[in-house]
Amino acid sequence: MSQELVLNAHNLKQHYEVKQGFLKPDATVKAVDGVSFTLEKGKTLAVVGESGCGKSTLGRMLTMIETPTDGQLNFLGEDLLALSKEQQKELRQKIQIIFQNPYGSLNPRKKIGSILEEPLVINTNLSKAERKAKAMEMMSKVGLKPEHYDRYPHMFSGGQRQRIAIARGLMLDPEVIVADEPVSALDVSVQAQVLNLMMDLQQEFGLSYVFISHDLSVVEHIADEVMVMYLGKVVEHGTCEEVFTNPKHPYTQALLSSTPQLSSEKRRQRIKLKGELPSPLNPPSGCAFHGRCQYANDRCRTEGPVLRTTDEAHLIACHAVEENRLTEVSGAA
Amino acid sequence: MSLLSVNGLSVKFRQRHQDLVALHDVSFSLDRGERIAIVGESGAGKSVLGYALVNLLMKPGYIDAGSVQFDGRELTKLSPKQWQGIRGKKIAMIFQDPMVTLNPVLTIGAQMIEAIRSHTRIAYKDARKLAIEKLAHVRISAPSQRFDQFPHELSGGMRQRVIIAIALLLNPEIIIAIALLLNPEIIIADEPTTALDVTIQAEILQLLKQICADNGVALILITHDFGVVSRIAERTFVMYAGRIVEQGPTLEIINDPQHPYTQGLLNALPQMALPGQRLNQIKGNMPPLNDQPSGCAFHPRCPYAEERCRQSPPGFVFSGVSTVACYVVEDMLSEFSQYDGGDSYE
Repeated sequence: MSQELVLNAHNLKQHYEVKQGFLKPDATVKAVDGVSFTLEKGKTLAVVGESGCGKSTLGRMLTMIETPTDGQLNFLGEDLLALSKEQQKELRQKIQIIFQNPYGSLNPRKKIGSILEEPLVINTNLSKAERKAKAMEMMSKVGLKPEHYDRYPHMFSGGQRQRIAIARGLMLDPEVIVADEPVSALDVSVQAQVLNLMMDLQQEFGLSYVFISHDLSVVEHIADEVMVMYLGKVVEHGTCEEVFTNPKHPYTQALLSSTPQLSSEKRRQRIKLKGELPSPLNPPSGCAFHGRCQYANDRCRTEGPVLRTTDEAHLIACHAVEENRLTEVSGAA
Repeated sequence: MSLLSVNGLSVKFRQRHQDLVALHDVSFSLDRGERIAIVGESGAGKSVLGYALVNLLMKPGYIDAGSVQFDGRELTKLSPKQWQGIRGKKIAMIFQDPMVTLNPVLTIGAQMIEAIRSHTRIAYKDARKLAIEKLAHVRISAPSQRFDQFPHELSGGMRQRVIIAIALLLNPEIIIAIALLLNPEIIIADEPTTALDVTIQAEILQLLKQICADNGVALILITHDFGVVSRIAERTFVMYAGRIVEQGPTLEIINDPQHPYTQGLLNALPQMALPGQRLNQIKGNMPPLNDQPSGCAFHPRCPYAEERCRQSPPGFVFSGVSTVACYVVEDMLSEFSQYDGGDSYE
């Protein structure tokens, strides 16, 4: 039996027009350029990449904070972008976002109780007592105590604030949580607490996560599927196990080899990336990664690769992989 | 003789009623050309230690007791004037918070030029060239375009990198290559790569390590990340609530941690649990300065805590692997030594 599809994005794009000066024509920044994926109920899709690759922009489009300039976004079979504003408002309650910085995302002048109840005030007709009951319930689910209801955000540590942010995200019984770097501002011991909480809640409520992160060790732990982005495009997409044990795209390989590992046995030979991160204002021709790639040839410089299936559930956008050129060069090097 | 030796260093923060203790009796030494790491979570006091070493504690912080000797010279007694010959020259620093935040109404370029021209007499054109060079250095894409942009037009990671670029401009002796012009003997780096992408992080760490090794510069790396530590440091000091709780060779500490806090910290890493399984968390949080537990500060979170852990803080014992401040480890050792003693009589 096939799993229930919650989210289905097809060829999502977010292009920004950027003024370059008085006489120059406007330039286009392709922050996200044609991203497609499906997300099943109860699963976690991780989006990884370095800063500027468009992963946060993708998260903002999924939660409809920004409207994509092109593409389709289906949520439980409904085309979100084709709906009226009213209908969108209904459905977007079901896709919530948690931000990286728990210090900036909570209003310092509001008590925890009113922070949690605000989504209910805006979107539901629940009475005051019902709202409070719901807030209390969520607080206990994320491990906060009833007496925290009347406290202000500054009285909490980073980990507890992230619990509050998670509780707020859950107030409207969402199907999908987009978590944009939810643990990268937290200490290791607290990070473990919050990740455990997220996994527990996923089980309990059957939540689907889009987990945006640059931390590959966290991603390896929590994700079912991994999507690697580079300069607005997906370069590799596969099951978590596939991508981590058998990374194919040269960029994924470089990323994995740069991740700090504790034991020297597990540490991979670090692949040094040459050159600069290209500018999204003036992206390289062909494959955006070619300037930093040790396998690049003329075809890579002129023709952009498309995502192709290499084997089951593993998509890669790379000419070198396709032409089986990877091993030759690394063998010679 | 070691290059730097710290003895019984205590730092307090002045408060109206009772001063808060941020650093308790910290002692360690650093040899010429040695690379050590100070590891701990936020609130452990590791940055306070970094600032105290170079006498940059902000008020109301002050050194309450202890000594810091650099090359045989007592640093805690130096005048501000005498410090000028040491800080930035003999002991270079790379700090996480470079004490510069970006002004939202000025372009990146304007802020960089300001930083350059307030420290050196240099023409605008040259300053601009230098600034763009530095932006490229920290891997900002299209540096000459970024130069004319405002902070809000950059992503978070890029803003952080601009701050680093400005820090590099302000204290050129810090940036690794230029640092060498002044021949420092120690570099203190406080979370130098935390905000950077992994590929750049790996590159900068490699560079830092290389330069220290090639030039015999000693390194004190302050970080929360054991992955970073394992890459660069020969010895590691683990801090908790203002105290060093475990110290020893980095590999031994990572492979065979003795203190329950070090064990908990390493076990909490995602790599230590099977994918999809629950992570091993440490219960509770690091205690705030104004609410330090009695005895061993870790006891409320420690799975092995007993009555005496609440009474008085443990002293250091050598476990055969590392030096640890923990009663439980101490007991285990004395049991072992009894067995050893028994064997030797036969």
